[in-house]
Amino acid sequence: MKSLEETKQDVIGEFSMYDEWLDKYEYLIELGKNLEAYPEELKTEDRLIKGCQSRVWLDYELRDGKLFFRADSDAIITKGIISLLIGVYSGRTPEEIAGDDFSFIDEIGLSQNLSPTRANGLVSMIGTIRQVAEGAL
Amino acid sequence: MKIEDIRKDFPILGTTVYGKPLVYLDNAATAQKPLSVLRVWEEMSMAKNANLHRAVHSLAMSATDAYEKTRDRVRDFLHAGSREEIVFTSGTTASINLVAFSFGEAFIREGDEIVVSVDGHHSNIVPWQLLCQRKNAVLKVLEIDENGYLSPDSLRKIISQRTKIVAISLISNVLGLINPVKELIDISHEKGVPVLVDGAQGAVHEKIDVQEMDCDFFAFSGHKVFAATGTGVLYGKKKWLEAMPPYMGGGEMIDHVRFDGTTWAPLPQKFEAGTQNISAVPTLVPAIDWLESVREDPEIEAGQREIVRYLSGELTGRERIRLFGVPRRTQDKIGLFSFTVEGAHHEDLALILDKMGIAVRSGQMCAEPLMDHLGVTGMVRVSFAPYNTMEEAEYFVKCLDKAIAMLI
Repeated sequence: MKSLEETKQDVIGEFSMYDEWLDKYEYLIELGKNLEAYPEELKTEDRLIKGCQSRVWLDYELRDGKLFFRADSDAIITKGIISLLIGVYSGRTPEEIAGDDFSFIDEIGLSQNLSPTRANGLVSMIGTIRQVAEGAL
Repeated sequence: MKIEDIRKDFPILGTTVYGKPLVYLDNAATAQKPLSVLRVWEEMSMAKNANLHRAVHSLAMSATDAYEKTRDRVRDFLHAGSREEIVFTSGTTASINLVAFSFGEAFIREGDEIVVSVDGHHSNIVPWQLLCQRKNAVLKVLEIDENGYLSPDSLRKIISQRTKIVAISLISNVLGLINPVKELIDISHEKGVPVLVDGAQGAVHEKIDVQEMDCDFFAFSGHKVFAATGTGVLYGKKKWLEAMPPYMGGGEMIDHVRFDGTTWAPLPQKFEAGTQNISAVPTLVPAIDWLESVREDPEIEAGQREIVRYLSGELTGRERIRLFGVPRRTQDKIGLFSFTVEGAHHEDLALILDKMGIAVRSGQMCAEPLMDHLGVTGMVRVSFAPYNTMEEAEYFVKCLDKAIAMLI
């Protein structure tokens, strides 16, 4: 498995291939469509991430000292974003995740290019992942 | 009038977003301001800034003069019987809250009933819920028919001896249909029940005559009728405003202040406590002048109708698109279209359209009960103003198709 740093660089590289934001959205939509199916029974109120305009569910488990995430959203671009996040952070130790500054999100321009409500959603998604990691320390 | 000339009066319409020309289709949320409004706004701050009514100096008199002349212009715009019936507020929300509080204090007792409508904006629901909580009163909900019009039959069923006020909207901010308010008011008045009309959308699109409509209260916002933000109006029949206690206490709204009992200023100052929005209120004059001039222009009016006709066709002619608020008569529909697309989330559509330069609204549009009633989590809404062109409408439809293709 690639290191957290390598994975982040991969994502940054992937995003920089597209000049147009519409193409970046196409990429996020693809990520969203390819995200592993999320069990219906896990779409519960307590797994909903608060602060997003669309509904986003996040489920996790701690296995062999590593956190594994699953997620879903009813909006496909949001689903692409959460897919991107769990692609980077799933399978990492709580220490790695909690110690990360999540700054690659700024490097790919995601937070600046989303509407404030959506950016808030992004902040909430990151916050929840960080919270889960800190809770598992 | 040529639409190209109109657009020149709105500097923001010439700007770009993400390198693309801005196509602003979120006018129902707030409208852009013409230069005439911006100039008055600036002039009031630069040359006429003084507090109202209080001082005798020249600057105070010119500020007061501008403010009070605005009241006359608004009275004329609504065709109200007297200027005392025009109260300035910060917007529709403030106007409705004022009535919910003050009317409620005077007239609502435990067990009384208040009628709100299922298509209501949260601003015309929540203030009444708060009132019900304060007074142990009961909220009743007026339904819409299958097209989306408020239903007179529904009102006949729910109105009772205990009903004390009916709060409805002239045009829903989601459905964009002109409601049969006159009929609803007549039904209410037969039972002796007063009616508040939320005119936030209605005042923009319809010529308002509060005497002919015979509503007891009418509320609208300045920023939606091309005036400055933070301005609003409450029209109330004098008999009600006189019988209602003040909403807020403070300067300007008093006659005499004594520790053993304070008396109130006459109407409308009784409801205008504190320093008013001195620089913004006078912008209602050029805004109303502008609005009335474009409404009366046959070329602009015809262009608007053409856009409504075009979008009604496009948005009902696609299998995946479900349009809410389909009129029985085409003249009932304003340039406001809310819809869902099967298989594509409203937020995704709005995000993609944004990147194409088109500003639309997505989500629940401050009408969660209506969303629940219609069984959706949100919608996309496009709303047009007289400065929007047919080319923009066509560009929107083209981009919508492209966005749908990206998502499905």
